Amino acid sequence: MSYPQTMSRKHFPLLTLSMLFLMSACAQPPDQPGAANQTITMKGSDTMVQLGQRWAEDYMKGHPGTTIQVTAGGSGTGIAALINGTTQICQASRPMKPEEKASLRQQRNADAAEIPVALDALAIYLNDRNPIEHLTIEQLGRIFRGEIANWKEAGGPDAPIVLYGRENSSGTYVYFKEHVLANADFAEKYQALPGTGAVINAVKKDAGGIGYGGIGYATAVKTLPVAKDASAPAVAPSMENVYNNTYPLSRNLFWYTAGAPTGAIEELVDWVLGPEGQKAVSEVGFYPLKAPKPSQ
Amino acid sequence: MNANIRWRRRLDTAAEKIIFGFAFVAIAIIFLIFVYVAREALPIATGSVEGITLVSPFTAPFSWQPVSGAPKYNVVPLIVGTLKITLIALLIATPLALAAALYTAEFAPGSSREWIKPAIEMLAGIPSVVMGFFVLIVLASWIQSTLGLDFRLNALTAGIGLALAVLPIIYTVSEDALTAVPPHYREASLALGASKSQTALRVVLPAAMPGVGAAIVLGFGRAIGETMIVLMVSGNAAILSLDPGLPARTLSATVAAELGEVVFGSGHYRVLFFIGTLLFIITSLLNWAGDRFKRSLRIRLFGSA
Repeated sequence: MSYPQTMSRKHFPLLTLSMLFLMSACAQPPDQPGAANQTITMKGSDTMVQLGQRWAEDYMKGHPGTTIQVTAGGSGTGIAALINGTTQICQASRPMKPEEKASLRQQRNADAAEIPVALDALAIYLNDRNPIEHLTIEQLGRIFRGEIANWKEAGGPDAPIVLYGRENSSGTYVYFKEHVLANADFAEKYQALPGTGAVINAVKKDAGGIGYGGIGYATAVKTLPVAKDASAPAVAPSMENVYNNTYPLSRNLFWYTAGAPTGAIEELVDWVLGPEGQKAVSEVGFYPLKAPKPSQ
Repeated sequence: MNANIRWRRRLDTAAEKIIFGFAFVAIAIIFLIFVYVAREALPIATGSVEGITLVSPFTAPFSWQPVSGAPKYNVVPLIVGTLKITLIALLIATPLALAAALYTAEFAPGSSREWIKPAIEMLAGIPSVVMGFFVLIVLASWIQSTLGLDFRLNALTAGIGLALAVLPIIYTVSEDALTAVPPHYREASLALGASKSQTALRVVLPAAMPGVGAAIVLGFGRAIGETMIVLMVSGNAAILSLDPGLPARTLSATVAAELGEVVFGSGHYRVLFFIGTLLFIITSLLNWAGDRFKRSLRIRLFGSA
């Protein structure tokens, strides 16, 4: 037996395998017109990343030609990515600022399309053992600005208050700062943790802890009813109270695209705003939009 | 025959040049990274962004509030937090690592040395995010309740987590230094009637001291740049205090947490790169100092570098 023959026999299984791979690659169903293989990228809010992943999974099940990639990093990160053109959809838990819209226009030559996709109650988390039953926005502001440092001053037990929250790249941080702290700075002892999961975990383990974040994450902690001011009743962060606008920290969760969505992205947006997408919203723990499809 | 030798020599020079090229590329990359980081921070030196200068990050008010109506970019609490956590880590890791190194170099029988060293070095291979997670879930509550601290996430807990990360470095480098001490040092000491532990502590350890210094300095460099453990465990509150029971925010964790969001070219962006430049300079100086220590060890033991 000559040398080259042995070689080819050795390589025979390898060859067969690579042929099989090639054939299977060719055997994929031919692209139907208008339903070409599509990859859609989504980036932004950490609050919304679970929701985004859920949407992506459900949508890809019904649309095998479409791949959706979801990444987190914070609303600010997502908006920056939209401006730089590294993501197609930006998930944001806060509205875009005018200067961000301006730089989107400048960089991408397109106006930001704002699409509210779900509702959220920004919840105040307390440890289960904490007997406090409600706080006003004003009290929360004083607590997170560091003006109140002991639960006793808010009608609770004599124990120090330990503040937890998100890093300043988070849309939730910015929202909380605007709506609760009246844009003042957080206390020096405010502990910034990477992600809402870390905030929940910290509050769960700390009897004096208080934190904030999306309602969809609230497990094994108490979500505190909040009153708009001292004369108003304290309102729980329930779906009903978000719909009738009585919970003071209700907010929209948004998608942003550069210019009005078209093609595959438009289909995805319609699906998310439709019954299936909105059902996923409530299954993840957020609140579906009241109207089936709001104006854009 | 002659042609063959010539051909081999040519191959030799070619290989040498290629290897030199790779080494050069590695150094060039480090240099270019430094230039890039420093260039992004440069507008601070000229004071052209939001009135930030090279001095203003170090003068009162000592507060780090970069996302604010009136942003405050003061790096002093971050530097204090970094040094606080790093010192705690070194205070814990150094005695442990040194004792382990003395044991493996001087006392352990040959067979157990063969697995002790790789086992400790394996600690260095654990991803720091895993280490951070372990400290966060397992150690943090225990440390808080044992010591009765107000905060579950604090500088002490972060320092303990960081100690796990720097321990293998201090151990390996000082163990190498101890084993580099020539056997005649020990033989002379034992011949004079000194016990094994007297020899180890009073002869071998002092002889290897510059190497131990190098180990500590290199551990310091690793601790100052370590990000993930402190990001997860320190509580990230920029407090100007020396109290180890309070949360602390470090330079590296600040860059990691905030760089993703900043507006390109803003004051916040420049300050973060300024912090990066600081970290780069500090770790470079520490590595350089570690190298000096190692060199002086070689001169002391063998008479030449």
